[in-house]
Amino acid sequence: MRGGMAVKRQHGVRVKPDQVLKHGILIVATLIALTPTLFMILTSLKSQQEYIFNKVGFPQELVLDHFRSVLFESDFVAWMANSVILAAGAVALSTVVSCLGAYAIARMQFRGRGLLFSISTSLMAIPPVVMIVPLFVLYTQLSLISTYEGAILIYAGLITPFSVYLLTSFFRTLPRELFEAARIDGAGDLLILIKIVIPLSLPALLTLVVVNALYVWNDLLIAIIFLQDDAKRTLMAGISVFQGRYNDQIPLTMAGMVFASAPMIILYLAFQKHYIQGLMAGSVK
Amino acid sequence: MNQTSRFAPYLYVAPLVALLLFVFGYPLIRIFEFSFKMVRGIDGPWIGLRNYELVLNQPLFWESVQHNLLLLLAVPFMVVWSLLIAVVLYERLKGWKLYRVVLFLPYILAIPIIAVIMKKLFQFNGPVNEVLRWIGLDFLALDWIGSSDVALWTVMMLIIWRESALGIILFLARMLSLDESLMEAARLEGANWWQRVWHVILPQMKVVMEFYIVTSIITILSAVFAYVYMIGGGRGGPGTSTMVVELYIFNALIRTSLPGIASAVSVMLFLVSLLLIVPLFAARRRANEEETA
Repeated sequence: MRGGMAVKRQHGVRVKPDQVLKHGILIVATLIALTPTLFMILTSLKSQQEYIFNKVGFPQELVLDHFRSVLFESDFVAWMANSVILAAGAVALSTVVSCLGAYAIARMQFRGRGLLFSISTSLMAIPPVVMIVPLFVLYTQLSLISTYEGAILIYAGLITPFSVYLLTSFFRTLPRELFEAARIDGAGDLLILIKIVIPLSLPALLTLVVVNALYVWNDLLIAIIFLQDDAKRTLMAGISVFQGRYNDQIPLTMAGMVFASAPMIILYLAFQKHYIQGLMAGSVK
Repeated sequence: MNQTSRFAPYLYVAPLVALLLFVFGYPLIRIFEFSFKMVRGIDGPWIGLRNYELVLNQPLFWESVQHNLLLLLAVPFMVVWSLLIAVVLYERLKGWKLYRVVLFLPYILAIPIIAVIMKKLFQFNGPVNEVLRWIGLDFLALDWIGSSDVALWTVMMLIIWRESALGIILFLARMLSLDESLMEAARLEGANWWQRVWHVILPQMKVVMEFYIVTSIITILSAVFAYVYMIGGGRGGPGTSTMVVELYIFNALIRTSLPGIASAVSVMLFLVSLLLIVPLFAARRRANEEETA
């Protein structure tokens, strides 16, 4: 492996063979993980003609036309705007509802508290596809198909069990003295939640926002069933149409994919720690 | 407690309960009802078990189930591959954090995007086959997407490729939380790397592996819609070779407008996921206990 050689040279003769092997494994794994992304980026920069004879290598001449086509001649921007609206709406709604609920579960005494938490947590493992039939029938009846409100409500519901689970666990770790001190000062629960609990929970909230926003952004199932109108199509649903329409124009298709994946990759690189922590908090998504 | 009225907690959880009842409670009751009815439009007459009989007598349903079960073969590959990578990452070689960032990338990219890229990569005349022919592996240059004998395996490969990233992160996180002194003791007693992995690390990975396996089974039985929809051209193709249960529900609901049939299948899938929730939560509880212990 070329990578293994490079390692050897770097460390001189002291490198043990098993070190080379371990680096070799990581390099192979990295290549496998990275190949589709590299192919996407390299191909998006090739001309249609070049791709026919140069499928694997670097582009000989950088062509940016495809990005212009995607930006100005397709509906990508509109699809993205729809996805942003849905992700923002669903995450906002779910976060507010979950903060209130998780605060009560973590910090208040009431009947059914344990039951509510167990049920809410178990719902994380229920596949979304099981819920679509009655919701689709109901939405048809209420003319909620292809409306932002309708889809936001479903997305917010689907991400809420995870939000409640994460926030409840986090709120429970906050020191009890904090609440007692605030209460002696005469603060009510809502004030404690807004002024003390939420500011202290910003890392957990950020994790939640990143994980949930990506879930909504990446979803295909709900998007194609509940947003059938062309004007309401999300990015992921749009991609399935887009790839069919430009089936043979692979560089153009790849430019579209670069455009579509950029926000996620940027979000990931910026909030990497939060995203990984969020998943490890026990997400089943 | 003096400031809090007895009803206050209920006000706090009311929006949560309402949202969960609407998105989970209502549908989960309705699928049972619909599954015993011949629903046309928004409702219909009771017809007993007819929907179930129809579904269970349809070869396409069983084919879909079989495909989901076949895809479960991905799980052992995912476990072994993620464990291997995690164990090597745990060595904390130079640059391991950078490797970690890149190795998790497959899990960040949306499935539809990945599926489109893979479809182009694995086209019959695409780059993967071109490379295979260059290096003399012509017999491996299959029609990955277009052949009904191969397409399901291509989907499986894609699932392994993406879902392993989660395994790597979970396993690595567990390893990083292990007690280092045990490793040190083993090292002092002269255990080599392989012995340390096999006798010290792996036994402590049991719980997190259980958790990952159950999670992966749930994913493969009930959350592969996006993979199959994109690779199989929206219809589980070529032919019916990548048809899965989720797509069966989708077709019954959207394409043939038979909510009763779709509900009968939903009920069965729901019951299967209930069966899996028990081991999932047992595994999660043990994982949490391990972390706090």
